[in-house]
Amino acid sequence: MKSLYSSAALSASLLLATAGLAAPPKETISDGVVKIGVLTDMSGVYSTLGGKGTQVGVEMAVKDFGGKVLGKPIVVVGADHQNKADIASAKAREWFDNEKVDMITGLLNSGCALAVQKLGGDKKRITMNTGAASTELTNGAWTPYSIHYVYDTYALGKVTGQAVVQTGGKSWFFITADYAFGQSLEGNTSLFVKKLGGKVVGSVRHPLSSADFSSYLLQAQASGAQIIGLANAGGDTINAIKQAREFGIGQKGQKLVGLLIFDTDIKSLGLNVAQGMQFTSGFYWDRDEATRAFAKRFFAIHKAMPTMDQAGAYSATMNYLKAIKLAGTDDPDAVMAKLKSMDISDFFAVHGKIRVDGRMVHDMYLMEVKKPSESKGEWDLLKIVKTVSGDEAFMPLSESTCPAVKK
Amino acid sequence: MGMSLQTVLSQVMLGLNNGVFYAILSLGLAVIFGLLNIVNFVHGALYMLGAYVALLGFNQLGPLLGRPDFHLNYWAALLVAPLVVGALGVLIEKTMLRRLRKFDHLYGLLLTFGLALIIQGVFTNYFNVSGDAYDGKPEVLSGVVDLGFMLFPKYRVWVIGISLVVCFGTWFVIERTKLGSYLRAGTENPELVKAFGINVPLMITLTYGFGVGLAAFAGVLAAPIYSVSPVMGSEMIITVFAVVVIGGMGSIMGSILTGLLLGMVEGFTKVVYAPASGTVIFLIMVVVLLVKPAGLFGKEA
Repeated sequence: MKSLYSSAALSASLLLATAGLAAPPKETISDGVVKIGVLTDMSGVYSTLGGKGTQVGVEMAVKDFGGKVLGKPIVVVGADHQNKADIASAKAREWFDNEKVDMITGLLNSGCALAVQKLGGDKKRITMNTGAASTELTNGAWTPYSIHYVYDTYALGKVTGQAVVQTGGKSWFFITADYAFGQSLEGNTSLFVKKLGGKVVGSVRHPLSSADFSSYLLQAQASGAQIIGLANAGGDTINAIKQAREFGIGQKGQKLVGLLIFDTDIKSLGLNVAQGMQFTSGFYWDRDEATRAFAKRFFAIHKAMPTMDQAGAYSATMNYLKAIKLAGTDDPDAVMAKLKSMDISDFFAVHGKIRVDGRMVHDMYLMEVKKPSESKGEWDLLKIVKTVSGDEAFMPLSESTCPAVKK
Repeated sequence: MGMSLQTVLSQVMLGLNNGVFYAILSLGLAVIFGLLNIVNFVHGALYMLGAYVALLGFNQLGPLLGRPDFHLNYWAALLVAPLVVGALGVLIEKTMLRRLRKFDHLYGLLLTFGLALIIQGVFTNYFNVSGDAYDGKPEVLSGVVDLGFMLFPKYRVWVIGISLVVCFGTWFVIERTKLGSYLRAGTENPELVKAFGINVPLMITLTYGFGVGLAAFAGVLAAPIYSVSPVMGSEMIITVFAVVVIGGMGSIMGSILTGLLLGMVEGFTKVVYAPASGTVIFLIMVVVLLVKPAGLFGKEA
């Protein structure tokens, strides 16, 4: 009896397989499922600003989309790349080769992002980067299947750098994380500082994840620069700001400027320490009705407000699914063509469009940390000082070294 | 790179500041290794735990007890954290480490390493990895003092002072008092010491508790300076083990002096060539291992 069942099952599956082969290529979803992989730092220094929250964003988008696209189910998987490029790349390979993953998002940490994006290019799979910052992703490392969604070191350096120089911060000293991201951020910011007539008097490069910044801060203080620029992120930025405050740096004349700061960093620091600081962000949860509505739902699941990476992952997923629906297939070439031609507009992306180099260009915001007296709640941390249009904030195509940009 | 006297002096102060943390942690390791022959890899996690006792005592304990205004203040935390963590240490020793005493000390190392991963993993799951701010720094220790050559935070002066007192106090008790002589004799020949009517197993348990209590004490001292995060211990412990290796396993004074010295070496590296500051201690370790394998202060076996 048992063997009868199994042979019936076998022939049924054979029939199905043949039917699959014979089906016309249009109107199809490869493997009968759309699988989205969230590959990011789930446990390390960047996990608070990305991590599980990024996966929550993606899952919310899938649910809001209805859980199905073109009649086929959408599945979300997640994994921790531990901030190691080799682990990121091995996981992505496994996902692409064996687990039918169609698109990977998240990808905090430029080292991991570059590795996975390259693999996506080789395997013809889409990467929608919401976490990493390096401009290399849309220049030398561009692939026909890569999208850089939320922000980059060019936009951060330009918006913050200009705002600071224009209010009189002419001389800069950088405290920089000694790896690809920090160097790229310092480089981009220096460029704008110099362009506007400012000068860079020095810099010091520290190893990633340093606990003690007092020595670097004293060097910055001794340099006499008006502005101490922090070209690092996460725990490093937090420690540097905290200790500057301890030594009384940044209160008399000299000013501390963090070039990449997330809401969660401010939460860690407390308003007392961070108040008055300005930085650039691609998103703030308390911008308008739509962002607040999303943030409220996100908070109910994740118990924290969404950062730009987490909200960006929602938006990227939603637009990816819309593009599949419009294209009538999940074929990567067709989906990329749709993504690059459709308007990207939702609570996250204002005036958004995806350029030929994969850069999603959208409004960026110059933020300022509120004083404790201005804050009305646990997450009432920032105010938007200025909205900068995407075309103004991001690297223009004329400066791009992306192979897809025709000169 | 030209260095003025002012730069040198300020780097000495900063180096000393990092050095006392190395000293107090490597001292705990030395005490435990000396008496229990255990390479205590869970030390970093217990240092982190000490900082969390201070943090949670200040932020959460009040609401938990139904008295939202109650904060476990900094001074109380300096006492409570070592006691809580010390008690946990006693538990670890009595239920786990004791069973491994008859085996090679590789087993103790593996067990404590596993414990460290578990404790850190659990904390990573519940707390902010990029760290939480500890707001309980007492008002008297806020602000800076003018040392003539630099402005130095009062709190750090206190940290340096109290750490030196604790380090040299521990050295004195172990090397110069009767209690210390029992301890040392207990390591040499436990049977003989038992014959004098001294409860050696209890002494060992309490020593372990004391050693990890020191780690928790350092954790409380660190809380107002660094962010309190689940990974603060694992970042620290690697360097501290290098310090212990350089100083010589088991040497009390060696571990204190090496800790202070290497803190300063690291401080100067940050001025001369900052990107090497993370590796300079390991470079020294390699050289010391090649030239004097027992460590600077260790006795040749």
